This record gives sequence, C-alpha cells and structure tokens, in this order.
Amino acid sequence: MSLLEIKNATLKFGGVVAVNDLSFSVEEGEVYAIVGPNGAGKSTAFNLISRFYEPFAGTFTFDGNNLLDREADQVADLGIARTFQNIELFEHATVLQNLLVGRHRHRKTTLLEEMFFTPRVRREEERHREAVEEVIDFLDLQPYRNKMIAGLPYGVRKVVELGRALASKPRLLLLDEPASGLSVEETQDMRWWIDDIRKQMGITVLMVEHDMGLVSGVSDRVLALADGAKLAEGTPAEVQANPAVIEAYLGAGAV
Amino acid sequence: MRIHFKTSYAHDIRLFPDRWTLSIYGSLLVLAFALPYLLDEFFLGEVTNVLIWAIAGLGLMLLTGQTGQASLGHAAFLAIGCYANTILIEQGVPFIIAFPLAGILTGLIGVIIAIPVLRLHGIYLAIATIALSVLADDIIVLTEHWSGGVSGKFPEMITIFGFEIERWSMPSRFYYLVLVVTIICTLFYRNLLRSPLGRAFAAVRDSEVSATAMGVHIARTKGKAFGLSCMITGWAGALMGYYAGTFNNETFSLVISITLLMMIVIGGLGSIHGAFFGAVVVAFLPQALSILKDNVVGSGVAIPGLETGVFGMILILFILFEPMGIYGRWLKIRTWFELFPFARKDMFRRQKSYLKTERLR
Repeated sequence: MSLLEIKNATLKFGGVVAVNDLSFSVEEGEVYAIVGPNGAGKSTAFNLISRFYEPFAGTFTFDGNNLLDREADQVADLGIARTFQNIELFEHATVLQNLLVGRHRHRKTTLLEEMFFTPRVRREEERHREAVEEVIDFLDLQPYRNKMIAGLPYGVRKVVELGRALASKPRLLLLDEPASGLSVEETQDMRWWIDDIRKQMGITVLMVEHDMGLVSGVSDRVLALADGAKLAEGTPAEVQANPAVIEAYLGAGAV
Repeated sequence: MRIHFKTSYAHDIRLFPDRWTLSIYGSLLVLAFALPYLLDEFFLGEVTNVLIWAIAGLGLMLLTGQTGQASLGHAAFLAIGCYANTILIEQGVPFIIAFPLAGILTGLIGVIIAIPVLRLHGIYLAIATIALSVLADDIIVLTEHWSGGVSGKFPEMITIFGFEIERWSMPSRFYYLVLVVTIICTLFYRNLLRSPLGRAFAAVRDSEVSATAMGVHIARTKGKAFGLSCMITGWAGALMGYYAGTFNNETFSLVISITLLMMIVIGGLGSIHGAFFGAVVVAFLPQALSILKDNVVGSGVAIPGLETGVFGMILILFILFEPMGIYGRWLKIRTWFELFPFARKDMFRRQKSYLKTERLR
C-alpha cells in the first residue's frame, strides 16, 4: 500500500476548478515531484493534503488513516510536515525557537507542569533540544542558532523552514518550491539535502518545484499538472519528453 | 561583550544565562526586599503601586506581546479578580485560598469569553474586547446585591494564619505581599516562555498557518493564552482593590484598559522587562506631571485632560521612534556599551520581511 494515496480529488473556488479529479499516490521512501505551469493547482494540492482546504470530492489516505477525518493541526501528529512557498517562519523568534516549534507534536508535558517547570519539563526540553541539534548539524545551521529570523537572509530562512519541518521527525515531508529564490549554489545544497533526507533519514518527500534541474536530479517520479488535472506521470525523463507536457509549457507546435 | 561558553543544553534552559546576570537580578531582589527600610511610607506605597501595575502588565503582555492578541477589555478582568477575591473572603474563605482562587476564577471566565471573541483578528478583536470593559461597569451595577453596585465595596483586612496585612496601617507588610505575588507571576511567565506552550504562543503570534502545520491547535492555544492572561490580571485586580481601599463600578473603567495596553507598548511588547518599565511610567507619570504642573502654573490651576494628553503623546512618540519600547531602547544602549567601540548604527534596523501567504489565514 502506498504511504499517501489521493483519489479523485476535486476542489473549486467559485467557478474556478483548482484541482480536477486528481489521483496519485506516493510510495514510502521515494521522492515524488509535482511540476506544472503557474496556476496548475500544485500548491492547492499541497493545501488539500495539509487540510487547509476542504475538498469537494475525493479520498485522501495517509498510511491507512483517512486524512479527511483530521483537522489541519492533527495532520502533523500523523507525521506529515511541510514548508511553504512564501516562507512562513516565526519572525520574532530565534532559529532555535523556530526549530523547537517543529517538536510541538512530540510534547508530553501539561500546562501546569510547564508553569512550574518541573524536572520532567526540563528533561523533555533537553530531549527536544537534542533532536533539534541533529537537524542543525545536518543543515549546517550552527552559525544562526540564536539569530532572530527577522534579520536572516532569504536563503537561510528557506533552510530554517526545511529544518523546522525536519525537527518534527516526519514520515512524509511536503516541500513547496524548496529552491525558489535560491542561488545556484544554494539549489545545489538543497539537492544534496533532499537526497540525504530520503537516504539517511528515510523520510518520503513530496515536492512542488519549478527548477527542472533539481526535479530530475532528485526525484524518482514526477507528476505533471495543468489546469488542476493530471497531464503525465513517470520518471523525470519520461515526463520531460511527454508531448502533452511540452505543449502545456511551451504551447502547441513548439517542437 | 560577554561570551557565553555553553557546555550543556541546560545552559540555554536555565533562568539566567550566566553568573553575572544572576548576580544582577539577585541583588535587585535583595534591594526589593530591603526597600521598606530604605524608603518612607509614601514612596513605598508608590513602589507597591508600580508592582501591582506590573503584574497586570505581565497578564496583558502574555496575551498581547506573546500571543499577539490585543485586548482592550482587561479592566473587566481586573474587576472580576477584585470582586471575586472580596466576595470570597466575605463568605468566610481565608485569604490564602480566596486569592489564588480569585485568579483561577478570572482565568476560567476569560477562557469562556475567549471562545467566541478570539475568532476575531487584530482591530476587530480590540473592538470586541472594548465591549467587555463597558459591560463590566453595567454588570457590577446590576448585581448590586453581590457587588455593592455604585456605593462600592471595602476589602477586609488580609489575614494569613492570623498574620494581619493592611495597606494603610502597615504598608511594608502589604508591599511584601505584592512583591511575593509579583515574583511568582514573573516566574510563571518565564517558565512558560521556555517551555513548549510559550513557543506555541509565539508561533500563533507570528504565523497561524505554519503553527497549524506544525500541529499547534490555534483556538486552544489562544484560549490558554487568554485564560492565563486573565488569571494573572485577576490577581493584579485583587491587589488593586486592597491598594485602593475601596472600589465600585467605576474603578475598573475603559480608561484602565487603555492605560494597560499603552503601558505594555511603551514598556516594550513581548518582554517581561517591558511590563515593569511600562508600569514605572504609568505609576509615576501622574505624580511627576502634577508636581511639574504645580511648579509651572501653580497648584490652584486645574488642567483637565493633561494626563491623558501627555500619555497619548508619549504613546505616539514611542510608536513612531521606538516601536520596541523602553526595553528595546535599553537593549540598544546596553549593546552599544558591550560592543564598544564596534556598535554600528544599523544593528537594530528592521530587515524587510518577505511576502507572507495571506490567503491561508
């Protein structure tokens, strides 16, 4: 059985059909990329999985759990973490605090314990910190540990957001355009990281990306979307060679 | 500049980063406890007033500075705390139980009010909470049987296991009581900040979307923030009742709510220090103004609206020139000295913030 299975998902905003009868499944341990022109419904598909949007129709299954039974804040508890297209970090907090919020789903202490900061809270805090330090080591964020997000450059914020998602130790990582706005070197780094996230941490990655170099470099399978519907699915090379995909990007008669 | 050499994660968790900071706050505490021997009764009363305002400020700071939810209704919670405490004691509950209970009661009422009110955002939330302040006045008048209505109430003398505390006849005992409550509230606040809930508060403040994606339940977190904020405010209200010696439906007016909000903005949003700095300004400014007025125009002349006018002016100046409040200014000055001569002018300049996904709010 697939880790994430989406069947016949449909979402309309008024008269606009953002996602139209879309079905795909992500296998455990793979990197699955969604590509498509602007407005194809890629981010909308992500927001459906995160339960920010309520679908008109369709089934969403994650590891045997029906996602539609969950509220948006319960999705993280299942082990799904995500990043956002336009970075959504906690600006007036340090990098460390941001990463620690990623540990929220692993918290065990209650309000009363936290008010008195009992030894158990202290132990838990140290445990969270250890997990976060692993992420910091992995992403080379050591110089920024105690820096405020508000003062960090865009490229670093992008990495911090990836780190926050990783800190929650997810099973499925949703990356919404991980390389947008990054320089060539930073994109290269991102590519190694995604590779390592899959191989070392064993986390399944589902990503939306425009950079075809990155997509063909890391992903096992690619889904091409246009106007909210599936255009093609297969290995990166297959999808890139698909005439329908070329037509959607460049227009008919371009080849 | 001090370099923190950290060898364990506990270094980031403990209350004070190093011995130096510990010794500063330690000596501040010693000074606070020695104060009744250093000051005369009038000034001790003023310091007590500052501390009570600081507790109320901590309460609102938790909600507005930490969780990002503005409230102009906190005078109502001061009133609830004050009346609950007085009525409980009149019913024969000893102070040592009645006082904590008054705060917890205020917190619970706060949670009930928060459920509908916190669905609103920003300015709409502020407007909705104004209604609380206005309502509180009427409710006190309507429940005259319990609250004493317009003629008001006089809190009874505090007795803790036979030990008597009264604001006028023994100001130093009352000061110690307030000081202990202040320390407990500050510790609660600080503990929350270094634990998951405090981070969830900041997460809700800065980005509800990604807080949700990280598993933070927005409504529940806001509800907790409102409840805790009201609890601390309730305690401040109970102490205010003792400090004033008498209170009625007009004691906890909308003006108090506005003053509270102004206080934490002037002090510096989102910091414990801010609540205390703001309290100093709010408590001493009226005195300073009246002394200044007496010297400039003579004590016989009354200038209506002078206080509120000056307060408003100060608030505008802070928002324009020092949005981080007195605490922000203090940080800048301290950094300048710590880095001397390497401090740069632009070190605290606000960086541009990148586009946010407003659609998903």
